[in-house]
Amino acid sequence: MSQFLLRRLLIAVPSLLGISLVLFTVLALAPGDPFSELATNPNVPPEVGLALRAKFGLDDPIYLRYLHWLVAMAQGDWGFSFVSRMNVDSLILQRLPTTLFVIGSSQVLALLIAIPVGVYAATRPYSLFDQIANVLAFIGFSLPTFFTGILFILIFSIRLDWLPFVYTTDIHATGVHWLIEEVRQAIMPVMVLGLFQAASMTRFVRSAMLDVIRLDYVTAARAKGLGQARVIVRHAMRNAMIPVVTLIALQIPAVFGGAIVTEQIFRIPGIGSLLITSILSNDTPVVMAVTFVFACLVVLFNLIADVLYGWLDPRITLR
Amino acid sequence: MDGLTLASPSAERRTYSPWRETWRRYRRHKLAVVGAFLLLALVAAVVLGPFLWRVAIDDIDFAATLQGPSLAHPFGTDDLGQDLLARMIYGGRISLAVGLAAMMVSVIVGTLIGALAGMSRGALGHALMWLTDLFLSLPQLPLLLLLIYLFRDGLKAVFGPEGGIFILVVLVIGGLRWMPVARLVRAQFLSLREKEFVEAARALGASQARQVIRHILPNALGPVIIAGTIDVAAAIIAESTLSFLGLGFPPDTPTWGRLLYDAKDYLDIAAHWALFPGGAIFIAVVSINFVGDGLRDALDARKVI
Repeated sequence: MSQFLLRRLLIAVPSLLGISLVLFTVLALAPGDPFSELATNPNVPPEVGLALRAKFGLDDPIYLRYLHWLVAMAQGDWGFSFVSRMNVDSLILQRLPTTLFVIGSSQVLALLIAIPVGVYAATRPYSLFDQIANVLAFIGFSLPTFFTGILFILIFSIRLDWLPFVYTTDIHATGVHWLIEEVRQAIMPVMVLGLFQAASMTRFVRSAMLDVIRLDYVTAARAKGLGQARVIVRHAMRNAMIPVVTLIALQIPAVFGGAIVTEQIFRIPGIGSLLITSILSNDTPVVMAVTFVFACLVVLFNLIADVLYGWLDPRITLR
Repeated sequence: MDGLTLASPSAERRTYSPWRETWRRYRRHKLAVVGAFLLLALVAAVVLGPFLWRVAIDDIDFAATLQGPSLAHPFGTDDLGQDLLARMIYGGRISLAVGLAAMMVSVIVGTLIGALAGMSRGALGHALMWLTDLFLSLPQLPLLLLLIYLFRDGLKAVFGPEGGIFILVVLVIGGLRWMPVARLVRAQFLSLREKEFVEAARALGASQARQVIRHILPNALGPVIIAGTIDVAAAIIAESTLSFLGLGFPPDTPTWGRLLYDAKDYLDIAAHWALFPGGAIFIAVVSINFVGDGLRDALDARKVI
């Protein structure tokens, strides 16, 4: 197992390097110049501007800039945000927990919906339950997150006035009240993202279960006299989850896309909304770092999926 | 002589031409038929709309701002009193055109890369698949936002504000969605190139290009058509997402996503403004997805219906 993990980690390194190269090439072509403000400011003499450019290496050849950037990133020096006037790494660290909390709880919600519904639908294929679940799943992943977000605000905040539609990090309450407020403001964003994920996951789970449930070993388990619940959960589900893990891992980039939109709608102060604001204010170091953090998260989740894969199917770790 | 009796005209089961057979299979998926009709209706409304509903999209009328649906304005008006039906017809043209064009880009790029990877037996195939995997693990929306933001001004200068963004959005969305097609095509090619009919063509002296174009590619198209259909829906969502985040078409171009973006600050007093474009995106996407599902049933020859 440890050898398998090591091999997976080594595979992740070139893809991270590839992603960083793609990002850097794209950003090197950026028309925005962080020092353009200095150049037009009459209080700053031109030689000071030029000295600053030289100091920050803006006039170096591109491969040198890439190498410098890569070394600095590896050392934890992520640059300075010209707009927020603080270090990029502390800015991102400040925002990252909120994003991970929203994404994590929506994934948990999606799994809690998708696994029972998908498994139950697969045990009764083409029944009324299966057909309704199938149509709802289709509707679920055809509704874009920005529209569900708006619908939720319209229904739960404006018509019913149950939930707040702006997310705040500084709630003026303590103890139980703080917890209640925290949960109340997280309900809508988590539902929007979770339901969107649950829709496609339900279809994955159903079709994977259908493939497994007809196999001979499942019939054999039934013939031994095991109960339906035990056969489904212990024998069929474990094998059905293997393709599901792969498909969920392939969905991860889409999850981050949904998170950016959700953060923007509900004004959640996470790294997704940070990306949008820094793109709009031409804050290159932040844009670069946030995009790279998203890429790292995708690679990390793929790694977790690989580990899960090895746990679900021990044969894979031997190869 | 069993084979003969099956093929004889007196056999009970009639044989149909491939296209009729496909349609017969497609028809059995009720929701796919509904989806196809909805989609046709939407396309007809968007194409013929401007000839039937002759209201300008930028007709400002401060006497009629934020009005709900009425006879004069069937879909209501926005904060400047502009007619939403006319704006939605215009936006629908852009959304559907972006969807179709981006699908073409992704299908062409995906088929080319998949075919190259499927036919080569050396390092090229491995390199292309590594590239495909790399693109699959790129965070798409952040990269999409970044590319649009960086190259918007340059293309605007060359092709005009709307044309430039159109080309950019289509190329970027298509260029980030070819990977599933490439994987499908490669898998099809790997199995098809070893089949007897391709071997027969090879034995008859067909060049590699002829083997691919005449024999392998037509047999690999089924999954590509299905993936392409789903891609149209995904591209429509991607374009609307960009517009919704304020980074898509210019503010005065009323795409469906842009209408939602403008409407989101007036949800409490003018809900119709958000509901109509949002509903249009949903209907377009859900009907395309159902059509894709019906095509999956219809084109998979191994499945007996």
